[in-house]
Amino acid sequence: MWDLLIILVLLTLGYGFGSYREKKHYQSIYEREAELKDIMVFESRFCPQPQQHLGGELVHGNVVISTDYFKMLVAGLRKLVGGRLKTYESLFDRGRREAILRMKLSAQELGFDQIFNVRFETSSISKGARNNIGSVEVYVYGSAVKASE
Amino acid sequence: MFISNMEIIPQQKINKHLGLVQGSTVRAKHVGKDILAGFKNILGGELVAYTELMTEAREEATERMVQQAESIGANAVLNVRFATSSVAQGAAELFVYGTAVVLESQSNT
Repeated sequence: MWDLLIILVLLTLGYGFGSYREKKHYQSIYEREAELKDIMVFESRFCPQPQQHLGGELVHGNVVISTDYFKMLVAGLRKLVGGRLKTYESLFDRGRREAILRMKLSAQELGFDQIFNVRFETSSISKGARNNIGSVEVYVYGSAVKASE
Repeated sequence: MFISNMEIIPQQKINKHLGLVQGSTVRAKHVGKDILAGFKNILGGELVAYTELMTEAREEATERMVQQAESIGANAVLNVRFATSSVAQGAAELFVYGTAVVLESQSNT
């Protein structure tokens, strides 16, 4: 009886706080993405015109982001039948976008406006109950350059 | 020390290649922070303590790589890559490697 109650409380807490924080996080992601849209991010290995650029310093951003209890349970149930784990998709999406934003911000602070050779690194930090994904770290790095006039 | 993950740096010339340099660190987190993080796992959201820990650890690994590069007379490390592997529950190894080179700025004509 008590076990069931504890699980129910954890579920409510997870659902309440988790969805509230996700909503707030997405809101701030949209805002900051609009602010930093001038900083361009490219995946290509080289600058197309090296003679017109300066710099090339390493910039990076990272974030450790965790899923909530409710989502973990939903994903656990979903794993029985297979298919898309929607609750984890939003976790990775939030993590990657947050990491890119932090990288862009550090490039802006250093006075650069383009980032080349961007690479992602994802690792799972801790496993949750029943070996589900608990939290993931997303690390993104690249070389920042600016146009030389 | 100039660090970049590009192979060709705009307006700079590579004078000399000095080979691979690397740095790594294995970090575990604080028990108190771990318990807090376990609590956060229920509520969801960013684990700020871990984010800081990983940043610190990567800085340390980079510092070690830079020391190695300095000791063989390089002034830049290019084509830098990062790798992460979890050693045990609650501990992670952060590895960074790159090519040590001597860079020289190319005068624009």
